[in-house]
Amino acid sequence: MSDATANQLLTTADGKPLKSALARAERRARHRAFLLVLPLLAFILITFVTPIAQMLHQSVYNEGFTMHTEIGSGERTPIMVNIKEWFDQNPAGTEPDEAAFAALAEDMKTLRELRAAGSAGTRINYERSGTRSMFTKAARNANKLEPPFKEAFIDLDEDWTDPALWRVMRDASSAYTMNFYLAAIDLTKSPDGDITSVAQNRQVYVTLFQRTLFLSVLITFLTFALGYPVAHLLATLPLRYSNLLMILVLLPFWTSLLVRTTSWMVLLQSQGVINDALVGVGLLGDENRLQMMYNQIGTVVAMTHILLPFMVLPLYSVMRPINPSYVRAARSLGATSWTAFWRIYFPQTIPGIGAGALLVFILSVGYYITPALVGGASGQLISNLIAFHMQNSLNWSLAAALAALLLGGVLILYWLYDRLVGIDNLKLG
Amino acid sequence: MKLKSVLMATALSGVALGAQAQEVTVMSWGGAYTKSQVEAYHKPFTAETGIKINSVDADNPATPIKAQVEAGNVSIDVADVEFSDAVRLCDEGLIEPIDLSMLPAAPDGTPATEDFIEGALQDCAVGSIVWSTIYAYNSSNVDGTPTTIGDFFDTEKFPGKRGVRKSAKATLEMALMADGVPAGEVYDVLDTPEGVDRAFAVLDRIKDDIVWWEAGAQPPQLLADGEVVMATAYNGRIFNAAVAENQPLEVVWDGQILDFDLFVVPKGAPNKDNAMKFIAFSTDTQRLADQASWISYGPARKSSGELVGLFMDGKTQMGPHMPTAAANLENALVNNFEFWVDKDAELNERFNAWLAN
Amino acid sequence: MAASQTSDAFVEFDRVQKSYDGETLVVKDLNLTMPRGEFLTMLGPSGSGKTTCLMMLAGFETATHGDIRLGGKSINNIPPHKRGIGMVFQNYALFPHMTIEENLSFPLEVRSIGKSDREAKVKRALEMVEMGSFGKRRPAQLSGGQQQRVALARALVFEPELVLMDEPLGALDKQLREKMQFEITHLAHSLGITVVYVTHDQTEALTMSDRVAVFDDGVIQQLDTPDKLYEEPMNSFVAQFIGENNTLEGVVKEIKNGVALVQLDEGEVIDCNPVNVSKAGERTRVSIRPERVEFNKARLQEGAHTLKAEVLEFIYMGDIFRTRLRVAGNDEFVVKTRNAPDQKRLQPGEHIEIGWLPEDCRALDA
Ligand SMILES: Nc1ncnc2c1ncn2[C@@H]1O[C@H](COP(=O)(O)OP(=O)(O)OP(=O)(O)O)[C@@H](O)[C@H]1O
Ligand SMILES: [Mg+2]
Repeated sequence: MSDATANQLLTTADGKPLKSALARAERRARHRAFLLVLPLLAFILITFVTPIAQMLHQSVYNEGFTMHTEIGSGERTPIMVNIKEWFDQNPAGTEPDEAAFAALAEDMKTLRELRAAGSAGTRINYERSGTRSMFTKAARNANKLEPPFKEAFIDLDEDWTDPALWRVMRDASSAYTMNFYLAAIDLTKSPDGDITSVAQNRQVYVTLFQRTLFLSVLITFLTFALGYPVAHLLATLPLRYSNLLMILVLLPFWTSLLVRTTSWMVLLQSQGVINDALVGVGLLGDENRLQMMYNQIGTVVAMTHILLPFMVLPLYSVMRPINPSYVRAARSLGATSWTAFWRIYFPQTIPGIGAGALLVFILSVGYYITPALVGGASGQLISNLIAFHMQNSLNWSLAAALAALLLGGVLILYWLYDRLVGIDNLKLG
Repeated sequence: MKLKSVLMATALSGVALGAQAQEVTVMSWGGAYTKSQVEAYHKPFTAETGIKINSVDADNPATPIKAQVEAGNVSIDVADVEFSDAVRLCDEGLIEPIDLSMLPAAPDGTPATEDFIEGALQDCAVGSIVWSTIYAYNSSNVDGTPTTIGDFFDTEKFPGKRGVRKSAKATLEMALMADGVPAGEVYDVLDTPEGVDRAFAVLDRIKDDIVWWEAGAQPPQLLADGEVVMATAYNGRIFNAAVAENQPLEVVWDGQILDFDLFVVPKGAPNKDNAMKFIAFSTDTQRLADQASWISYGPARKSSGELVGLFMDGKTQMGPHMPTAAANLENALVNNFEFWVDKDAELNERFNAWLAN
Repeated sequence: MAASQTSDAFVEFDRVQKSYDGETLVVKDLNLTMPRGEFLTMLGPSGSGKTTCLMMLAGFETATHGDIRLGGKSINNIPPHKRGIGMVFQNYALFPHMTIEENLSFPLEVRSIGKSDREAKVKRALEMVEMGSFGKRRPAQLSGGQQQRVALARALVFEPELVLMDEPLGALDKQLREKMQFEITHLAHSLGITVVYVTHDQTEALTMSDRVAVFDDGVIQQLDTPDKLYEEPMNSFVAQFIGENNTLEGVVKEIKNGVALVQLDEGEVIDCNPVNVSKAGERTRVSIRPERVEFNKARLQEGAHTLKAEVLEFIYMGDIFRTRLRVAGNDEFVVKTRNAPDQKRLQPGEHIEIGWLPEDCRALDA
C-alpha cells in the first residue's frame, strides 16, 4: 500500500508534478524577497562596500609617479614612461647610467608640460624626504638639460645619484606597492631592497596601534564596569523611574559630540570645575592642580562617557526580559545572592556584554575628534594620525594603509569573538 | 556675521541682486581674521558689485581643496591659504593660475608686480597679508617679563604650561632660535639631521608642560583661561584678544616667524570669474590698508603701508602691532616655503613620533 | 485529619500583614498553621494575595507586620537561600543557559555535595518525574509539560521539607494538567513533604489538597478540607467561589431551634440553616447547591416549605440533567438531577414546586 503511493508521482490538482510546482512557487517568493532587499543592497554597496574597496585599493595603489590626470577634463597621460622602461630593462641595484639619466630628462619634459612635477615629486617624497624640490627644479629646467645628462642632473642636485632615491623611483614606477603598508608598521626598504625598521626616532605607528588597542580595551572595560550596574538598575526599576534614568543615560546621544567634548574640557582642565572644587575645599594646593586633560586621562574619561550608552543599551536590552524569577529560583534553591548573580544572572547577560563591548571597542578604535581635543600628545590614537595623513600631509595611501590595518584588526577581533562566544550570541538591542 | 553681510548686501545692491543672484564663496580661517576680511573686503565688494559673498571657515582652508578638487565637487571659489600650501597646491595643479595683470596698480601708478612685497605674487596666488607666528603671555599669570624666544622654552625662569601649535612647522624653527641659532641660519641648521635633533632636544625640555593647539582661536582662549601662561599664536589673534577684548596678553616679537597668506582659486571653482574679481578688488592698496585696521596683520602691498592708521577702536595705532614694524623685525625669521614643501613629510613624521613617545 | 492537630505545627503565619505601597494592605491579618506533611492549597481570585503569601514564606518579600515560623523558628530574618524551601514557579524559571542536568545539579552544587552523590541524586530525581532521557537538553528544547516536570524535580532534588508551588499547571492543557495533578499529589505523599500550592482552579484545589485556604481581598475566607468547603461554605463568597451555587436574597424573620425562617424579597418564606446570621431582621443571602434541590414532592419532608418555579431550559448532559428555573424572581436558578431510569425530564414552560432539606439551605451573609 505505502509502496504504491511512494512510486506514484505526487501531482497538484491540475496534474502538474507537485515538486516542480512547489519549486516554482518558492522561486517566485525568493525573487520577490530579493527585489525587496535590492534597494538596501544597492545602498550598502554604494555607501559602504565601494568606499572600503576604494580605500583598500588606494593603500596598495598610488599612481603619483605613473599617471597624470588632468583636473577638470579628467584626461589621463602616463608619465615617467622612459625611466620605467629603463627600470624594466635593468635589474634592481643597477647603478643608473647615462641612458637612465637621459630617460629621466625626457620624462622631466613631460612633467613640465603637464605641470605634474609636484605630484610626481610628492610621491617620491613620501618615501625619500627632501626630494620633492629636486623634481620641481628639474622639471623647471627640463628644456635646458643637455647631454651628458648625468652631469646635468648632478649640477642641479648632487642627490640625483643617491641609490636610495633610485630604489624609491623604481618602486614608485609601478603604481602597485606594499610600501605604504611597510610604512604603516614602521618599516621601510633599504637602498638594496631589504626590509628594515625606520629610525628609532621616527617609529610611531606601532606605538600608536598598541596604545589604541590598550586604551580601547581600557575604555571598553570602564564602560562595562560603569554601565553594567546602571543597565541593571534600568532593567529592574519601575518604568517611571527607569525612564528618567534612561534619559540621563541617553542625554549624551542628544548633544553634539563637540558640545560634550567641550563640556569635558570645562570640567577637567587645570582651571576647570573639578580642579577648582578640589582647590576650593582644600584637598589640593593651587600649585598642584591635577592634569586631567591633554593626556591619556582626558581621552579615557571623555570617551568612556561618550561611549557609555553604547554599552548600556545592549546590556539593558538583554537584562530587561530576564525574569526576576530566575534569580529567585536560584536563591530558593540555596544560592547566595552572589552565586545567584554570578551563575544565573550574569551568564544570561553575556550576549549583551559581547555586543556592548564589541560596539564600544570598535567605536573607540576609530575615534579621533575627542582624543584630538582632550588627548594632548599622549592621548592620541591611531585615528588621529589617519586624520593627519588625510587632511594635512595628504598622503592618502598611507592613511588608507593605516585604516586597512585597523579594519583588519577589528575583523580579527570579530572573528575571535565569533570563535569564543559565537556571533549568534550577540544581542544589539 | 554672515547674516549681517547678507542683509547688507541685499539692502545695498537692491535690484541688481534680485535680478541675478551672483555669489562667491570665500573660505578663510575664522574668528577675528575672517571678521577683518568681511569688514575690509566682503562688504565693500558686495556694495560695489552686488555679488553676494558666502563666508565659510576651516581650521586650514588648504585642507578641503585637495579633497574637493579630486572629488570633482568644488564649492569654494576663493580660499585664503598659507604660502607653502599655495605653492604645493599650484605644483599639483589643484588651483587655477592667476593672471597677475588684472591686479590694479598702486595709487601712484606703480604696477602691481612691483608694488607687492617680494614673494607675495605667485603663479596661482595673490598675497594679502603678512602675518607671523609669535609667542604671547598672560601678564597676570607670569612673574617678570619674558622678552626673548629663549624665555618661552625656559620653564625654570618662567614656570607654567606652554601652548604650542601641534605641527612641526614654526615649532622647530622657534626651538632652534631659542637655542641661539640666528634667524638667518635656522633653515640651514634644520636641514641637517643634527639640527633636527637639536630642535627636538629643545622641545624635550618643555614637552611635559605643553598643551597642544590646532585652531588659531585656541591660544588666546588658553591664555585667557589661565590654562597656559605662554603660547605660540598668530599675532593678529593675540592683538584682537588684547586690544579688542582687553585681555592682559602681551606679544613677544623676538623670534617671530613671518609668513604670507594668499588668495587662491581652486580648479573648477563654480564662480571663477567673480572669484578673480574678488581677488583683484580685495588686494588693491586701499582694501589691504583697511584690513590692517581690523586686525594686526601687515598688508602685502608696499603702497598700503602709508595708509594704515588707527584700529577700529579709534585710538590704537596699528603701526607698532604690525609684524613688519621695524622694531619687531630685529630677530625675525621668514618662513622658507621650499624647505617645508620638501621636508614637511619627514619632519612631521618625526614630530608625530616624538609626540607619541 | 492531621490538620486539626496544632501541636506539631510546621508552617505558621501569625497575624501577618503585608503592604507594598504603605497605603493598602495586600494581606490582612493572616493566621495559618500547617502540620508537617500537609498538602495545602491557596485558592482565590486574581490579586487576592496568594503569591504574596508564598513570596513571604520563600523570603522574597518581607512581612510588614507579624511573624512567619518554620518548624517553630521565626524566619523573618533568615535569607531565602537558608530557608531550605523548594519552589516551583509559575513560569518554571528553569535556567535557560543550563542543561536539564545542570539545572538539577545547581541546588546540590551550592550545597557543596560531592560530584558522584550529585549525579546519583539528579538521576533519581529525573527518573522520578520520568524525564531520565532528557538530561542533556536545554529547557527551550522541552515541551511545557516536560519543563513543568523538570521544575518539579529541581524543587525536590535537594530534598526540602517544604515545597511551594505557584500555579505550576497554569500553562498546560486539560489532559496534561489532570495527569500532573495526580503525579504531584502522588509524589508529595510518597515523599512525605509539606506542600503549599497556589491555584486559581477550584477543581484542582479540591482534588489535590488536604486542606484549602480560600483567599479573597487579603483575607482567608475559609480554611477547610475540600468536602467541608463544598458542603459547608461559611460565607457567601466561599459558596459562590467553590462549585455551582443558587442564591436567593431575603430577610431573617426569626431563628429558633437551629432553623432560620427567611422571608425572600418576593414574599415567600423558607426554612434555612443559620450559618452566618444571628438575629431576626438581618439581610441574608441564601445558598443552595443545585444537586440538593428536589422537585419530587414524594421525597420532600413533611411540612417543608416549597417554592413555585417555572422551567426555563432543560439541558441533557449525559450523566446528569441540568434544568434552569425561574424561582422567586431569579432566572438563573439551577437544578441538577442524576440521569436515573425513573428521573423525570422537565419541559420548558412547566410549572413545578421545589424544596430542599433545611440544612442544605444555608443562610449566609448578604
Ligand atoms: N511587587 C509589588 N508591588 C506592589 N504591589 C504588588 C506587588 N506584587 C503584587 N502586588 C499587588 O498585591 C496584590 C496581591 O498580588 P498577588 O500577586 O499576591 O496576587 P495573586 O493572588 O497571586 O494573584 P494571581 O492569581 O493573579 O497570581 C495585587 O493587588 C497586586 O497588584
Ligand atoms: Mg500569583
